Amino acid sequence: MSEKQLTQSQQEFREYCARWLEENKPEPHPIPLPQAAYEVTDPSHLTYLQDWQAKCWEAGLIASDLPKRYGGHDMTDCQAIASAEVRKAGVPYFINWIGLGMAVPTLLECGNEAQRERFLPPIFSGEDIWCQGFSEPGAGSDLASLQTSAVKEGDHWVINGSKVWTSLGHFAKYMLLLARNDKTDKYGGITYFLADMDQPGVSVKPIHKMTGESGFNEVFLDNAIVEDHLRVGNVGDGWKVAMATLTSERGAGVGVGAVASESPTLVMAQVIELAKTTRRNGRPVWDDPVWRDRLVKMYERTEAAVQNSRRARLKALNGGAMRIPLQGKVVGSEISQELHHIALGILGLKSSLYVRDAHAADDGKWPLGYMNSYTGTISGGSSEIQRNILGERVLGLPKTK
Amino acid sequence: MSQPKDFGFDEDVQMLKESFGRFLEEQQTIEALRPSIKGTEDPIHGADRPAFYDEKAWQQCVELGMHAVSIPEEQGGIGMGLVAAVAISEEIGRHAWASPLSNTLQSTFVLIHCESDAAKALLAQMAEGHRVGLALNGEEGSLAPDGTDVTASEDGRLTGTSWYVQDAMKAETLIVSARSESGTDLYAVTLSQPEVAIHRDRIVDLTRDQAHVELSAATAVRLTEKGSGASSLLASAPALATLVAADMAGAGEWQLQTTAEYAKVRQQFDRPIGFFQAVKHPIVDMMICVDEARSLVYNAAAAYDFDRDDAPRCAHLAKSSASDMGAFSAQNSTQLHGGIGFTWEADVQIYHKRQMHSQFLFGDGTWHREQLAALL
Repeated sequence: MSEKQLTQSQQEFREYCARWLEENKPEPHPIPLPQAAYEVTDPSHLTYLQDWQAKCWEAGLIASDLPKRYGGHDMTDCQAIASAEVRKAGVPYFINWIGLGMAVPTLLECGNEAQRERFLPPIFSGEDIWCQGFSEPGAGSDLASLQTSAVKEGDHWVINGSKVWTSLGHFAKYMLLLARNDKTDKYGGITYFLADMDQPGVSVKPIHKMTGESGFNEVFLDNAIVEDHLRVGNVGDGWKVAMATLTSERGAGVGVGAVASESPTLVMAQVIELAKTTRRNGRPVWDDPVWRDRLVKMYERTEAAVQNSRRARLKALNGGAMRIPLQGKVVGSEISQELHHIALGILGLKSSLYVRDAHAADDGKWPLGYMNSYTGTISGGSSEIQRNILGERVLGLPKTK
Repeated sequence: MSQPKDFGFDEDVQMLKESFGRFLEEQQTIEALRPSIKGTEDPIHGADRPAFYDEKAWQQCVELGMHAVSIPEEQGGIGMGLVAAVAISEEIGRHAWASPLSNTLQSTFVLIHCESDAAKALLAQMAEGHRVGLALNGEEGSLAPDGTDVTASEDGRLTGTSWYVQDAMKAETLIVSARSESGTDLYAVTLSQPEVAIHRDRIVDLTRDQAHVELSAATAVRLTEKGSGASSLLASAPALATLVAADMAGAGEWQLQTTAEYAKVRQQFDRPIGFFQAVKHPIVDMMICVDEARSLVYNAAAAYDFDRDDAPRCAHLAKSSASDMGAFSAQNSTQLHGGIGFTWEADVQIYHKRQMHSQFLFGDGTWHREQLAALL
């Protein structure tokens, strides 16, 4: 965002954010943090990151534009500025990324007043960690085939089934839960709940990813109880509510708070640097025109992503409101994967050296990041599902479903 | 200097783009082109394809002032920047319009960087509708500013052949790059003189004509300060690459929309073929490529108008992206149309060939990426 389009007060807020972040940037944790919030398993990391998020919230960098009763700061058009400054500052990520990125927009859009006032403030402060209970062993890309059941008994629901790929499930206090209230209606038989994780009917079992990390889990729901007032939307409207949540996950929703992580532009610069400093056959890899061409192609695509977001806001040039935003997730995750793939190629044999090997480049960051890039291309609707969505919603092609 | 958030795409440019788009819609550009390619199909026995443009449509275009959008006001033009010219170029590409307009827009930006009275006089003539084109290439098609095979004598007469001259048969005057002892210069050469022979090339693209132009001590007017032709060309290069990239982005959008529409109506296995992911996903990939190229094109145009120092980098990004996108969209538009897409009757073949041709004008993707690498 260039300076001249900001109002005086926005400009001041931006300067405030940059200064605050500079002055309050925390000392690194003695044990290096994982690459992203969804891989955090060490309790000391959790505390460190919760403290950081709470400070940012208190400073007005999170929930900037929301009313006080929701834990907000009553500002106008300032969240995007705060989020942009957070991304630039090279500070730790926000641990409660599911709470911020999914629970908040869902509650704002589909929740009721009591739910918002109760749940939003501790999401912003990082006190209540949230997880998402959508996918099941038998319901991945075809999410609506989920089988976890919800049976109404008096003023509460009894939940039975299991959820999978549950990031942060081991720390979470609440889960965004989709469960089936009607087996005869695939899409209209799903209801959306806010489930308490701290109860006897809920057990959490970690799953190790191909990287060896275990940020996500299997969650077993065995006669778990959810009070009826913790239902979001009407009985049977769960699919509609879930779509609101997924829209946020796919980068098309309104951002409240930022998941601070390395921007593609930053990673791009790092990989170019890697090519210039890595030597093979007596010369920098950057001097090899084949690698250089592949790298510059990715530079072109990361720049295009930046210009795409600029164009997305211009009605006359964007080709429809959803056309560019809905590309964000698939394009961003595929660029990241290819960039990491190229980084491995630049390192050659050295890319075999993994985390905690004394000779590994950047402590094994590149092979680790390459493997983790599949999180981006698979979770939250795989790249294949994203292409269905783009073809159907933007280009009007017949539904694959 | 920094770019405006809206790429400089203000209401004036929007109106210009919309009205020009409507004008081209009315011209039925492909229908108008069809008679000129009829009978020329067979590569061995077919007739030679005549150079074609619709003179009446061109006259209307001149009356609308589209040819003069970027000619400075002092020379009788409208004086808008590259952002406006790019908006027009995108529409030319979308309609694959055969006309002297692409040449006119490109020549304008070369002449603006010549800064001589002769160049200003030629711009003033262009504002009146005079048709000017560019003759900058040697036979190698080198992209260096001194890559010409033409030489200039002491008394300013030009000798040699200029290659790959775009839409030569639509032009009255060519801007020719030629070498002399003092370096490279640009010259205005009137095509009506007997010392100029235009040899039509047989080319694949049906929407353009191309020639190699043989000069035998042709009379010429020097447009650049002696020896400064290469720097004029370097200064105009970002505008030239961006204009062609915009044309490709427009053509790419046409290919995308046309292919998506076909996938909705063509039925196989009792369903529209767009139902199948093997068809749906490549169409989405076309959209992703088109959008990347379009965004980089707008960015490059705004950089040229508002942040000139960054213009070369942004133009390399735009043409690199557009060149690859053009090849990819062309390939998929034909493939996903199946048998019909492979025929002479299908309009996709016309756009396919235009994109193949545009891909190499003012540098392909590989070349632009190599230039970019030097800036990183």
